[in-house]
Amino acid sequence: MTEIGIKSEPAAGFTLRQYLVCLYGVVWREALRFVHQRERFVSALVRPLVWLFIFAAGFRQVLGISIIPPYDTYVLYEVYITPGLMAMIQLFNGMQSSLSMVYDREMGNMRTMLVSPLPRWFVLTSKLAAGAAVSVLQVYAYLAIAWFWEIEPPTPLGYLTVLPALILVGLMLGALGMLLSSLIRQLENFAGVMNFVIFPMFFASSALYPLWRVQESSPLLYWVCQANPFTHAVELIRFSFYEKFDPLAFGVVFGCAVVFLGGAIVAYDPARGMLVRKGQ
Amino acid sequence: MNGTTEAALTVERVSHSYGQRKALDEVSFSVAPGSFTVLLGLNGAGKSTLFSLVTRLFAARKGRIAIFGHDVAREPGEALRRLGVVFQARTLDLDLSVMQNLAYHAALHGIGPTEAARRGLVALERVAMADRARDKARALSGGQMRRVEIARALLHGPRLMLLDEPTVGLDIKARADIIGHVRSLVRNENLGVLWTTHLIDEVGDADDVVVLHQGKVLAAGPAAAVIANAGARNIGDAFTRLTGARAEATA
Repeated sequence: MTEIGIKSEPAAGFTLRQYLVCLYGVVWREALRFVHQRERFVSALVRPLVWLFIFAAGFRQVLGISIIPPYDTYVLYEVYITPGLMAMIQLFNGMQSSLSMVYDREMGNMRTMLVSPLPRWFVLTSKLAAGAAVSVLQVYAYLAIAWFWEIEPPTPLGYLTVLPALILVGLMLGALGMLLSSLIRQLENFAGVMNFVIFPMFFASSALYPLWRVQESSPLLYWVCQANPFTHAVELIRFSFYEKFDPLAFGVVFGCAVVFLGGAIVAYDPARGMLVRKGQ
Repeated sequence: MNGTTEAALTVERVSHSYGQRKALDEVSFSVAPGSFTVLLGLNGAGKSTLFSLVTRLFAARKGRIAIFGHDVAREPGEALRRLGVVFQARTLDLDLSVMQNLAYHAALHGIGPTEAARRGLVALERVAMADRARDKARALSGGQMRRVEIARALLHGPRLMLLDEPTVGLDIKARADIIGHVRSLVRNENLGVLWTTHLIDEVGDADDVVVLHQGKVLAAGPAAAVIANAGARNIGDAFTRLTGARAEATA
């Protein structure tokens, strides 16, 4: 066992390389899991496509979209809801990856991760980055299929300019999921969270209809939608896909990402967090 | 338990409670390097809580835990890198191969893929699992998974190893196998081991024993001393006298 170095005294602290190795390892594992769970990939892809081909096709006659930024002309309803569906993919992915954290924690995998000597905030952030990376891949897979139906940005550059927005939104929604996962004790409760988090967030947003239409029917709901970070996630993606920048959306998404991640780190903190109270 | 060298694990006056319920009450003991220490207690004695505190899943409300002198609360990185853990629950990722599981663990300790592959093979050879390196974890038996988990726990070269009821759910041969492997590590590598169990027949004559009951340490020291102090004939008898409860032994 001396070859493994069992008797050697490790150097104090960790090098930058060791941090990078950890980040790489966590992302690599998430990617491997993703590849192995083919049904997860397929369902992540089918869900938005169902919305696109069935829901949008049915609704295009009902909902008229006026010219609103970032669009310079009338757009088809399919084009309008695509950023919302891209964000939906990431919303589901963020919640699913936190579902895997609840599941992992029960199965013990999470404990393996939390016993890492690297700082816990770094391990959790790595996990978050891994989830965001997977969600970005899913979005591009969806865009590749949507391209065949002429749902595309005005120029191919849009595929590139949307990338930073996707990464930020992936991190924010992943952080929200992580925060929730620290508060949920049992798997059963998660189904409730799906109903109480995913659906309200998705429907009370600008994903499916422009907010001016919501305002016409209910001013209160309009303000709920405005306060919903998911609305800003959708708008950030919508604008960047059209090579434009929405400072308000960016500010809200960035701010929420920081707050949610901070909350998750506190919740997983050994001394202050939820685990100590629940005694897991 | 040792006067000259630094203890592998020091637990000093640790108390912990969940709300009103006290899970650990002024628990103190130590594990010497190169010793096989059995933490003996029934279900609900506080073993799992203690395990969670040493592995820093959460922090102790009172008291101090140190690994080779490094306080788990104040220097978690230095403490945890010297610690290898085998959890009671199966913690291998079933969809990944044995070697991928090891590489992931190595990454969590900042060990890169090339070095992880090298260490992984050595560690798997030690538990006679090298020929299964490429197999999916799902394809392994319970005993084989445990052996891989032990190899994994050794990958980063810890000097203290914690095993939480590692033989639960294993058949007699696999149990003997696992205990044999871990004892040889203690003998050959000077590894300090804390082995929690509720099975009395896993205690060896030369082991150190900590008897934990309802959150309190009732006795700690070499098995022979614990037996003698309790005025008992064997460790099972000593456990019964100390706790008033009958210890469990498996056939």
